[in-house]
Amino acid sequence: MGKIRVATEWFAGCAGCHMSLLDLGEWLFELAKVVDIVYSPIADVKEYPEGVDVALVEGAVSTDEQVAKARLIRERTGVLIAFGDCAVTANVPGMRNALGKKEVVLERAFLDLVDSQPQIPSDPALPVLLDRVVPLHDIVDVDIHLPGCPPPAARIQAVLEQLVAGEEPRLVGRELLKFG
Amino acid sequence: MAVVTLTINDHLVSAEDHQTLLDAAKAADAPLPTLCQLDGVSDVAACRLCLVEIDGSPKLQPACMTPVAEGLSVRTDTQRLRDYRRMIVELLFAERNHVCAVCVLNGHCELQDLAIEVGIDHVRYEYLHPHVGVDVSHAQFGIDDNRCVLCTRCVRVCEEVEGAATRDVMGRGTNCRIISDLNVPWGQADSCTSCGKCVMACPTGALFTQGATTAEMEKDRSKLSYIVRAREEHQWVR
Repeated sequence: MGKIRVATEWFAGCAGCHMSLLDLGEWLFELAKVVDIVYSPIADVKEYPEGVDVALVEGAVSTDEQVAKARLIRERTGVLIAFGDCAVTANVPGMRNALGKKEVVLERAFLDLVDSQPQIPSDPALPVLLDRVVPLHDIVDVDIHLPGCPPPAARIQAVLEQLVAGEEPRLVGRELLKFG
Repeated sequence: MAVVTLTINDHLVSAEDHQTLLDAAKAADAPLPTLCQLDGVSDVAACRLCLVEIDGSPKLQPACMTPVAEGLSVRTDTQRLRDYRRMIVELLFAERNHVCAVCVLNGHCELQDLAIEVGIDHVRYEYLHPHVGVDVSHAQFGIDDNRCVLCTRCVRVCEEVEGAATRDVMGRGTNCRIISDLNVPWGQADSCTSCGKCVMACPTGALFTQGATTAEMEKDRSKLSYIVRAREEHQWVR
C-alpha cells in the first residue's frame, strides 16, 4: 500500500493550527513514514492535486477565493477535516459578522481606524470578501470536525493515528473535543 | 417527611418527598446536565437541559421542577433526550457570540463544559452573530451580552440572596437582554450593592471582573454556597 496523501490548507485563521501541527515534534518523523504531504502552505506546491486522501483545512471561509478553493478541495479529497475552531465555528474571524456586511467591515478596518491616507484596497487581484464569514461546513460537506484554538498537538495526533489505522475517528471528552 | 420510592433508569431509588427528580437522579448516580439551576436560588426550568422522560406521560418534564412521587418511572438518558440536549446547547452557541478562544472564562465555563458533555464537535445551525453590547460602566465588573445564555441566575441571586433586585430581564426572543435597574448602565444602577454575587453565579463569561483577560477568570462559587448555607442553617455570627 502506498503512503496516505495528506494536504493542509489555510483560510481565515492565524496559522496557529499549523503551528500546533508542527508541535507534533518528533512524531512527525513517524507520520512521514506513512504519509506524504502533497500540498500545504508550508510546502512549495502551487496547485491542489487530485486524489488527496486527507485534507486538514484551517480557518473560516471569508472570501470568494476561499469558497472556490474549498469546493476544489472537497472535490479532490477523500476525508475533509475542519481543522480548528475557525474552520469549525468561524471563531475570531467571524466576529466581524456582528458589524454588518462587507462594506461596513471594510470601512471600519480601512477608513475609520486608519490615521494616514485611509482608503479601501481595490486591486482586482485581491479576493472579494464575503458578507458573512462562515464555518467550512456551511460551504462544503465536512467529514471530521477537529475543534480547538488551536487543537492541541495530542488531539491532532489522536485523529491522524485513528485515520492512519483505517478507523473512523471518534472525538469524545475534554481532551479531544473542547472549543477554545 | 415521608419517603417515596420511584424508578430511575430501571433502578429502584428512595427519595424524600420534598425532593425533585433532579435531586433524586443525582443521588441515584444518574446526574443530569443543568445550566440555569443554581444551588441556593429558586428553580425556573429555563434551560430545559434536565428534561426527563416519565413513563405514561407524552410530555418531557424538567427534572429541577418536578417533585418526586411514589411509583414514578423516569428515564434520564435516552437517545431522544441526548438529541434534544445537544440541540439546545448548539442553539445557545448559535444565538450569541460565544467565541471561547477570546473569552475570559475559557477553560472554566459551564457552557463550554456542556458542549463537551453532550458531544458537540460543530454547530449545525446558522450562527446569528448578533450585534450586542458590553457594559463596563460599573467600577469593578462588566456584563458582556455576547456571552449571555439568559439563564437568569444573576437575576435570581441578586433578588433572592443579596436582596437588591438590580437585575431583570427585558425584551423577548433574540432581543431578550439582562438589564440593570430600569435598563440603565450598570454603573448608574442605584440599587446595586456591588456585592459581585451575580458575577459568581454566572455560568459563562457574560458577567466578569474587570481586568481579567482571556481564560484568566474562574467563578468563585464557594462564597455563594457559604452564604446560602449560612442562611439556610441560621449560622449567623455577630
